[in-house]
Amino acid sequence: MGVVNKNPDRDWIKQRLIGASLCIIFVFSLLFLRLMYLQLIKGEEYRRLSKTNCVRLKSIKSSRGLIYDRNDSLLVDNRPAFDLTIVLEDANPLKETVSRLAMLIDEPYADLMESIEKAGRSAFYKPLTLKKDITRDQLAIVEAHQFDLPGIYIDIEPTRHYIHKKTAAHLLGYLGQINKKELESGQYPNVRTGDSIGRYGVEKSFEPFLQGKRGGRQVEVDVNGRVIKVLKTVEPVSGKDLSLTLDLKLQQRAEELLIGQDGAVVAIDPSNGDVLVMASTPSFDQNDFIGGISSKKWRALMDDPGRPMNNKAIQAEYPPASTYKIITALAGLEEKVIDRHSTFFCPGFYKFGNRRYQCWSRHGHGEVDVVDAMAQSCDVFFYQTGEKLGVDTLAQYANGSGLGRLTGIRLAHERDGLIPTAIWKKNRFKEAWQAGETLSISIGQGFNLVTPLQMAVFIGAVGNNGTLYKPRIVKSVRDDKGQVVKAVEPEIIGGLPASEENLSLVKKGLLKVVHGERGTARRIRLPKVEIAGKTGTAQVFSRKAGEKFDNEKLARTLQDHAWFVCYAPAQNPKIAISVIIEHGEHGSSAAAPVASELIKTYLGEPAVDVAVLPEPDPEQE
Amino acid sequence: MFDRRLIENFDWGFMAVIFLICATGLTVLYSAVTAGFDGAGAHVLFKKQGIWMGAGFGIMIGCLVIDFRELDKLHLFIYTLCVGLLVSTYLFGQMGGGSQRWLVLGPIRMQPSELMKISLIISLASVYSDNVTLEGLGFRNLIKPAILCLIPFGLIVNQPDLGTGLLLLLIAASITLFVKVEKRVFFTLSGVALSIVPLVWFFGLKEYQKGRILTFLDPDRDPLGAGYHIIQSKIAIGSGMITGKGFLEGTQNALNFLPEQHTDFILSVLAEEWGLVGCGVLLVLYFILLFWGLNIAYNCRNMFGSLLAFGITTMIFWQIFINIGMVMGLMPVVGVPLPLISYGGSSVVTNMVGFGILLNISMRKFTSS
Repeated sequence: MGVVNKNPDRDWIKQRLIGASLCIIFVFSLLFLRLMYLQLIKGEEYRRLSKTNCVRLKSIKSSRGLIYDRNDSLLVDNRPAFDLTIVLEDANPLKETVSRLAMLIDEPYADLMESIEKAGRSAFYKPLTLKKDITRDQLAIVEAHQFDLPGIYIDIEPTRHYIHKKTAAHLLGYLGQINKKELESGQYPNVRTGDSIGRYGVEKSFEPFLQGKRGGRQVEVDVNGRVIKVLKTVEPVSGKDLSLTLDLKLQQRAEELLIGQDGAVVAIDPSNGDVLVMASTPSFDQNDFIGGISSKKWRALMDDPGRPMNNKAIQAEYPPASTYKIITALAGLEEKVIDRHSTFFCPGFYKFGNRRYQCWSRHGHGEVDVVDAMAQSCDVFFYQTGEKLGVDTLAQYANGSGLGRLTGIRLAHERDGLIPTAIWKKNRFKEAWQAGETLSISIGQGFNLVTPLQMAVFIGAVGNNGTLYKPRIVKSVRDDKGQVVKAVEPEIIGGLPASEENLSLVKKGLLKVVHGERGTARRIRLPKVEIAGKTGTAQVFSRKAGEKFDNEKLARTLQDHAWFVCYAPAQNPKIAISVIIEHGEHGSSAAAPVASELIKTYLGEPAVDVAVLPEPDPEQE
Repeated sequence: MFDRRLIENFDWGFMAVIFLICATGLTVLYSAVTAGFDGAGAHVLFKKQGIWMGAGFGIMIGCLVIDFRELDKLHLFIYTLCVGLLVSTYLFGQMGGGSQRWLVLGPIRMQPSELMKISLIISLASVYSDNVTLEGLGFRNLIKPAILCLIPFGLIVNQPDLGTGLLLLLIAASITLFVKVEKRVFFTLSGVALSIVPLVWFFGLKEYQKGRILTFLDPDRDPLGAGYHIIQSKIAIGSGMITGKGFLEGTQNALNFLPEQHTDFILSVLAEEWGLVGCGVLLVLYFILLFWGLNIAYNCRNMFGSLLAFGITTMIFWQIFINIGMVMGLMPVVGVPLPLISYGGSSVVTNMVGFGILLNISMRKFTSS
């Protein structure tokens, strides 16, 4: 292809190039003039400034947002901690200064030197932390000897403080130092090496709100490192405060009731999903995590068989046991395999194939309908209902009731539990579903697993006539002037798959659990508040039919888990509770009293006008 | 294809200038890294840069093999390839310092935005060389260049790498003005630009974006970040005075006061240790380099070659101006490296490719049709 010479006029291009050259000459003159200005005219001044390295940055820490309970009681705040720092350049002679300091505050010299050596020489002019959070006594000594300790400074650092030791530790969470990978991820633009971020609980999930923004000062210092002039200041921005839905008094009461037990209590407000209580025992002291937990304490927490670092309310999965009978009853009524008049005869066992499936009561319950079966927790009634429904239909109702899936609470590590189906078993074990397994499932044993939170949300929905609320832990986020910057609204995540009529039948049964003469939880009755609930006793290992154990001799770890789920007042519930006591034996004796105590605390004694409640059914046993 | 005439025409002088700048760069880098890093880390950086420069010379020589006029035909292919790399960076790129601008290919980590600069220059030179007239370009002639320019600009600003994005626009604008546009086009475009800026400012930007731009224009707004860096940089430069504190004697540098002292702020190390004399020598070397480039543009008998040579010279010019201006507190703080002095493989390679193309044009100036 013939390249046409498009450049006939070399004068033209010359003209353009001369213009460009002039631009270059102009710019280079400008740069050179600026160099002369900085190096000749201002040179002396800058040389002086560079000799003392006197323009430095001092960071101003921002304070992390505070956390309040639903009644504005303070749960978490910040306290001043005094850190001992050193600026190597100012600390002359270094070794002498450090050894004097070590002697004065009674700390090993080697420890102090170690933190200096770790920093390397690049941080010559920067304050290095020698020791975090010194005691008041040490502080007083250092301040008194200020002039003998050149280059040694006290840094006041706002430090997290959990006011009520061990209370709601799992819900509130704790902090930990940010690691290199997180720093490089770019997700924490305001956080620097050595800073802490939320590692667990609300501290973690609301990190973006709680975290403040650091400020700083550009200062000029003299030869001794003392600030002589503040050149510029950027004010820090505090983190936002959180108002939780938690009720501190109730939470403390729950923890008190759980003392000595491993277990969990969740209480929610059935009208909006507010989490009033989330207790898990044993607990831990969050203050231990500040500035890094010692490996000894960490080991102790990890080795504790009670799993203190586990939030049992959302992370532990248990067989729902008899509490699951509520699902079986609802499914049976909805699918019309039973109705309000259906009865089954319970002789104390149910013969299925060539196996006898025991009822928990060896004497049997006689002829029972759905309400009495619920009140007395008759296994035989539910075996037969479940048998007619089949495992997959049961699973459908369980899923619809919020089991086997996450509730969506804003906490990390929530578990979803397990609601088995025939296909699930086929995939998991390569085995077909056995009809007998359906019987176990229908009374909540077998593969079924639920979390205490799921059960609280579920029983709350039963109480409020069918609405499943997403558990809410934070009501609002406020700035330091108290203005609400973000309000968290209640959120509906579903509805129970049951008609109002069937639901009210089941609720009648639940009321009778406590208020019926033969109700399994009749011993927890309160004089003025009606409670509707369901007990459960989850087998930790299966016993063979007819086999009998002397529980006293049974190792504690083999004893059954005790469940109780309930809501109160029965007619217009204000609180829904789920309690699990690990190895607590019976729901009625170990778990139900905890719930009853909490209801008493929450509703107070004469909270409800009992006179308007309907008279107890005269036909009751 | 490599006849003797080409070797006879090889521009040894230009090569010598490049070599001198590289030597200066390595010397200053040695100061910067020995002070800023622990013993082992320093040597790694220094060695790496040496290797990149060696490789750069190799690539530069490699650029001589093909006649530069082939680039005229290949320009769209090269352009598509570079845009493709930018898109891959967007999709699979590595994060670093809050932006996604690195592409990892096996052992090599590259910044496609650097190569994009050369590619855009080739494309613009090719398009304009077909349209150049004495009266200047009309609106219709500018549609294609505008599209060529805005695609990579958008991708690079999105990384976000405002510095390189603006550099791209500056280079494109320089070439366009060099080729000359009609007067009415010039005034219309200037008018449109001036009216768009306030519109975007008041309606298009979020508060934090405005803050970022204001800080970019006025580092003092961020006294703990950019503003502090500029102060330290000015102290370092000024304290060098006429003859400097001497090789490896810089204290600002040694105390690690300066951010990015081996990359964007490296001039302050040179200024502190070698003073006005050292900086003057570097400025003279750059000055010679740029005029040599313009001379190559003048001597080329082929419009594409002239525009290409001019474009590459412009690219070097803007980097020098922005970087030195920034370090001395004359310009906004943007991450633009100082050619052949700042640490960084992608930058060295890109500049060397540019110089290779200049040498190529210079060698073949008489062989043109």
